[in-house]
Amino acid sequence: MQLVLEQLLNGLQLSLTLFLLAAGLTLVFGIMGVINLAHGSLYMIGAYAGAWAAAKTGTFWLALPAGLAAAALVGAAMELLVVRRLYAREHLSQVLATFGLILFFNGFIAWSAGRSPLLMETPPQLSGFVEILPGLPYPAYRLAMMGVGVAVALGLWYMISRTRIGMLIRAGSDKREMVEALGVDIAKLFTLVFALGALLAGLAGVMVGPIRSVQVGMGEQVLITTFVVIVVGGIGSIRGAFAGALLIGMCDTLGRAFVPMLLKSWLSGPLADGLGGALSSVIIYLVMALVLIVRPRGLFPVSG
Amino acid sequence: MLRVDNITSSYGGGLILFGMSLDVGAREVVTLIGRNGMGKSTTIRAIMGLTPARSGAITFDGKRIEALRPHEIAQNGIGLVPEGRQIFVRLSVEENLVATSADRQGAANKWSLARVYDLFPRLAERRAQSGGTLSGGEQQMLAIGRALMTNPRLLILDEATEGLAPLIREDIWACLRQLKSEGLSILVVDRNLDALLGLADRHYVVEKGRVAWSGTSAELAVRRDNIERQIGI
Ligand SMILES: Nc1ncnc2c1ncn2[C@@H]1O[C@H](COP(=O)(O)OP(=O)(O)O)[C@@H](O)[C@H]1O
Ligand SMILES: [Mg+2]
Repeated sequence: MQLVLEQLLNGLQLSLTLFLLAAGLTLVFGIMGVINLAHGSLYMIGAYAGAWAAAKTGTFWLALPAGLAAAALVGAAMELLVVRRLYAREHLSQVLATFGLILFFNGFIAWSAGRSPLLMETPPQLSGFVEILPGLPYPAYRLAMMGVGVAVALGLWYMISRTRIGMLIRAGSDKREMVEALGVDIAKLFTLVFALGALLAGLAGVMVGPIRSVQVGMGEQVLITTFVVIVVGGIGSIRGAFAGALLIGMCDTLGRAFVPMLLKSWLSGPLADGLGGALSSVIIYLVMALVLIVRPRGLFPVSG
Repeated sequence: MLRVDNITSSYGGGLILFGMSLDVGAREVVTLIGRNGMGKSTTIRAIMGLTPARSGAITFDGKRIEALRPHEIAQNGIGLVPEGRQIFVRLSVEENLVATSADRQGAANKWSLARVYDLFPRLAERRAQSGGTLSGGEQQMLAIGRALMTNPRLLILDEATEGLAPLIREDIWACLRQLKSEGLSILVVDRNLDALLGLADRHYVVEKGRVAWSGTSAELAVRRDNIERQIGI
């Protein structure tokens, strides 16, 4: 029972991290129609800038703004210099160009920071455990990460549904030309949205620093899962990104924890281990396939 | 106020406009009439910078605008009610009005939600509904209200009464007459000569990407039969 609860919390924590990544990716893909493979690079840049600042200053509380600023600035530059030229292009050009960006950023980081993984300390204020139920301690840092994820989700929901910028984002996603013809500089709006998505990816990167290793290529692993999330949720929808992140984060965590265990009660040890490992790593793709069979445009398709 | 001077335009292939020219004066209502496919919408797209003119000049209030980007042209004070309405379906009626609203020139009689709802009470009833759920006529009203909320000095309407029921059409014409009486300049593309004669000061007949005839409403009334044949009514 305790194990189940703990895994549920782990699943929730992964879900909220995936949401931070998926939010930016789904906005950029849904509104601007650009497939940005380099979104994972922004996550890596946030993590590296955070780890670097933490090493220099010795405090996580300066690592956080450093990671956010680095990711947002690199994101804005990426939009202005590269992505902007891709809006009118077909998806193949976008994939090629943003794949090039991945190679560039991985090369740059490997050259400037080296290939060995960096470690980041959990901030001392959050290094303890919180007893969320009697007999169930859970790391305070992971709880704080969840809190941040929920706060970002609420903030994004408010921005999209209640503010002028949110209205323009929704309007621009289906009638870009009309938004321009009514006097809105949509290029500026796109840069802003892209930088915001980059900032959230950077936030995920810095926060993950103390619980995973910071290393070259960390963005690509998580990018694939993030794409699964936005496809499951419905491309372009923040609500969909949230629902998709919950579903995929939970299935992934619980699958990895319990599928091999369940198999063991049926099959012999080595066979169960092998099959369980294989099965639990493809669970999210099975879930995606199932969702798409029932709802081809995802859980929350964007209307219009 | 607006001067289009000998512009050519294309969508990448052959030329669509071959030296199109027209003028709209302050407080004037001017029409573009002509058969389908003659280049009326293309002229409007060139004015708005959506399909920029290849050559020629477009001046608005003495300022050259043919090389500006669409949002800059709109910000100079031109409000567009496009062909096909182009309502934002992911936005509510009220959000459609608010999202792009602006008052960049400090209008004397500024447009507000209340004023738009006064002009089109049906929009007030539907303010919380999604723009995509409106009827064609209501969408047209919304498209007009949305353009007015940018406080334009020139309003451009492309086929604003196309496909609407006669009663709704009459609402639209009444609205345009009111806007004219308030001193707004209007460039309108339509096929309904009766209504246009009562509203507009001058007319341009467009044929194959250039002006085939132009004149005042009085001049048009005199040779109405000819013009009707020319524009295929
Ligand atoms: N987006 C487009 N791409 C290519 N050709 C177009 C496009 N829009 C219009 N045309 C062509 O331009 C010509 C003029 O069209 P248009 O300006 O829409 O005419 P009108 O508004 O007078 O009916 C037509 O021959 C039409 O086929
Ligand atoms: Mg037309």
